Amino acid sequence: MAATADLFIQRLPEVSARELHVLAVDDSHVDRKVIERLLKISSCKVTVVDSGTRALQYLGLDGGEKNSSIDFDSMKVNLIMTDYSMPGMTGFELLKKIKESSIFREIPVVVMSSENILTRIDSCLEEGAEEFLLKPVKLSDVKRVTDFIMRGEGMKGGKRSQKRRRSDDCIPSLTTELSPLSPSTLASKKSKL
Amino acid sequence: MERSQPRRQVAAMKQSLFDQGLLDEQFIQLEELSDDANPNFVEEIVTLYYRDSSRLISSIEQALKERHTLDFNKLDTLMHQFKGSSSSIGAKKVKAECTLFREYCRTGNAEGCMKTFQQLKKEYASLRKKLEAYFQLARQAGPMETACRPK
Repeated sequence: MAATADLFIQRLPEVSARELHVLAVDDSHVDRKVIERLLKISSCKVTVVDSGTRALQYLGLDGGEKNSSIDFDSMKVNLIMTDYSMPGMTGFELLKKIKESSIFREIPVVVMSSENILTRIDSCLEEGAEEFLLKPVKLSDVKRVTDFIMRGEGMKGGKRSQKRRRSDDCIPSLTTELSPLSPSTLASKKSKL
Repeated sequence: MERSQPRRQVAAMKQSLFDQGLLDEQFIQLEELSDDANPNFVEEIVTLYYRDSSRLISSIEQALKERHTLDFNKLDTLMHQFKGSSSSIGAKKVKAECTLFREYCRTGNAEGCMKTFQQLKKEYASLRKKLEAYFQLARQAGPMETACRPK
């Protein structure tokens, strides 16, 4: 078991062999505290922000100035978990902005919502969300997601979603390498619904 | 494993809160997130909930003062937020009142909204007192090895 995990971790140069860096986005203070705790218990490094706008700022997608003295590696985000219903920019809008970015589109995004609305779930998955979690989010949900990402199955080549645009900087070899995973990823996704 | 008297009291109090339908599984989920480094995690979250949601309660109260020209969309949005937090701490009865309130918003029933809100405030205040007592007893009893699940 451990040997296989090591093998997968080696395939992801940007994921520290020790822990994922997760960016959590939620306008509710209570929910931010809870998700932060869930992620820390799941051995993740956590950055929590209270809005989509701040999330984009953190990622540097808002065109603001990046502090060049900060070690970029320590800021590198491996997973984004966002609430759906937020004032201003919704989680869905944040998801779209991330998937539209050539730099950040490969970061898996998980959407969380207290409302079990199929059309909402469908549109998030269509837009490229890795997973849709119903709130209140449980430790088992977070562990499952973080394990999933650590094993490398979260790195998709963009084949699944029709809406995801393939741009010139899409890496063909990465796609071919990962495509065998797509059917199983799809199957596990469907079973979750 | 031998349980001390205070610990049995804590367990009994928790059982009672569940039997009264005041708390749900989410509360247990939160208890399981406590550890030696964070022994009072649930209490911290609940304290945060009451502090944070008081603003929402005031906003809803204010919005309900419009009596004959209620903005049901605004009320629904506020209540959605409040319901979310209540759900996150496992406040089962409060959450149920939130759901009812949102139903009345959907059907544009001002009377229903106002009555439900009064009931909600009662449940909210009552739960606060009970949880304060519970946490006080829990602190006195000392940390439990694992979160115990009520029957």
